Amino acid sequence: MLILGIESATARVGCAIGGHEGIIASAHSSRGRRHAESLAPQIQFVCEQAGVSLSSIGAVAVDIGPGLFTGLRVGVTTALATATALRVPMIGVTSLDLLAFPVALSGRRIMAVVDARRGEVFHASYRAVPGGVQRETEPAVGTPDELRSAIMAEGEEVLLVGDGALQYRDQWENLSGTEVADESHAFPSAATLVGLAHARALREDFVRPDQIRPLYLRRPDAEAKWETPS
Amino acid sequence: MMTTGSPTRSTADRILGIETSCDETAAALVVRGTDVLSSVVSSQIELHQRFGGVVPEVASRAHVELLMPVVSQALVEAGVADNEVEAVAVTHGPGLVGALLVGLSAAKALSLVWGVPLVGMNHLEAHLYAAFLEEPDLEMPMVFLLVSGGHTMLIVMEDHLRYRVLGSTLDDAAGEAFDKVARYMNLGYPGGPVIDRLAVDGDPTAISFPRAMAHDGWDFSFSGVKTAVVNHVRKHPDVDVNDVAASFQEAVVDVLVDKARRAAREVGAKGLCLAGGVAANSRLREKLLDVCVADGYRAFLPSRAMCTDNAAMVAAAGWWRLQADGPSAMTIGAEPSLRLPSI
Ligand SMILES: [Zn+2]
Repeated sequence: MLILGIESATARVGCAIGGHEGIIASAHSSRGRRHAESLAPQIQFVCEQAGVSLSSIGAVAVDIGPGLFTGLRVGVTTALATATALRVPMIGVTSLDLLAFPVALSGRRIMAVVDARRGEVFHASYRAVPGGVQRETEPAVGTPDELRSAIMAEGEEVLLVGDGALQYRDQWENLSGTEVADESHAFPSAATLVGLAHARALREDFVRPDQIRPLYLRRPDAEAKWETPS
Repeated sequence: MMTTGSPTRSTADRILGIETSCDETAAALVVRGTDVLSSVVSSQIELHQRFGGVVPEVASRAHVELLMPVVSQALVEAGVADNEVEAVAVTHGPGLVGALLVGLSAAKALSLVWGVPLVGMNHLEAHLYAAFLEEPDLEMPMVFLLVSGGHTMLIVMEDHLRYRVLGSTLDDAAGEAFDKVARYMNLGYPGGPVIDRLAVDGDPTAISFPRAMAHDGWDFSFSGVKTAVVNHVRKHPDVDVNDVAASFQEAVVDVLVDKARRAAREVGAKGLCLAGGVAANSRLREKLLDVCVADGYRAFLPSRAMCTDNAAMVAAAGWWRLQADGPSAMTIGAEPSLRLPSI
């Protein structure tokens, strides 16, 4: 089965096509907030490169976040519309899962960290298991300071990965036993998404488009203010 | 470029319209810019009511959840299969950027999967084309009064796709003034329909609110009348709410209608046409009709459902645009402050 993967939760936007033979074609770009302009042409491009038409896609995988809301919605909406029009099932994967998976071989505990702006990060921790990673905590949002305290309290060697880990490098650099994965692992990748989704597709672990929702982890400001009047 | 008459032939007649520029999630199927096979609008008013206005992040989140079900419903109601859609027209500006991006992303994906042209539409232009859905043979030049929560414009439509913007608001849009007055008086949201309803039982001559710039130029200003209402209510806390609503509404409508009437005379228009959400206001409709009868112009008052944001108007305008300019590129983005193309 061919899978189209769409990923736009961070400053980067990308897509990939692949199946049992691995990734056939992929594209990505980092042009700030221009996700909506880039994504559709990228989909056309990877289809051409892969020599397949969209009608041969059997499932659409998408990074459901957490990440930057506006960009995230571009990817999720594109994926929803594509899957709906193709009448194929979907697979949703979190951005944090996508960051942790490629560094699974480090053998250490992994902390995936996505920059959430406003001085906060989205994060979740993972343990390497045969063939991949296993998430140990639910995706959460908090300050780098809080995350640093949590890492110290655990007292375990940790590999931090993601643009949030790099952004707040000074927070963890002097913690003993911690390391920060380099820039090449800073963003979730559409190729990783297709790889993870393919494993799920083999188990027929699909969802319907109406079950795919962006993972925001934050309420809209107006709502937060409304419900907690000061 | 197309300038006159009806197009002879189009290769893409059955157009799916998509509209997500503000707080309505809408999709519609329209044939040849006139026959509405379906028009589905999912309003988010209830989501925004408690905030007294549209919250962009709340609107964008709702669009993500609502859009594809709305599109599917529009296709089902139209009795049109996916592979019978011949083009996808979508509002790409002006509007709330996060909200626009949802509709634009979905439209691009549908266009790619179906292999049909994408048409990025100007929301203001779409509002004008609402008139053609009910009156395909509208004679031009036509003066349009486009009034909504975001816009107040006086526009001359010389021919299809050819406009001249005579004037616009220098501060608040007319609909915004309605919302602000309603919010100040705790009447609820959105302000337009509430004030419209209360005004029925009020005396429009009870309080004389200012008619700013009624006689000079083509531009509008509504922040003065809004402040005058606030000051009046503060000074007279026991004033009859219905009288305030009626008097305020009368002041706004007077300025709108006077200018539209003068514009029609000056440009030798064949008629006057209302567009935009505030065009649903009953006093505005009544008064515009009165002056058109008095001056011998035709008045076009699109149904209320076509005045407020919908996707049928997007599909209709998209049909004309597609023939004139061809498809949009897959690289188009959201343009939150897109202007009406002017000749
Ligand atoms: Zn509008």
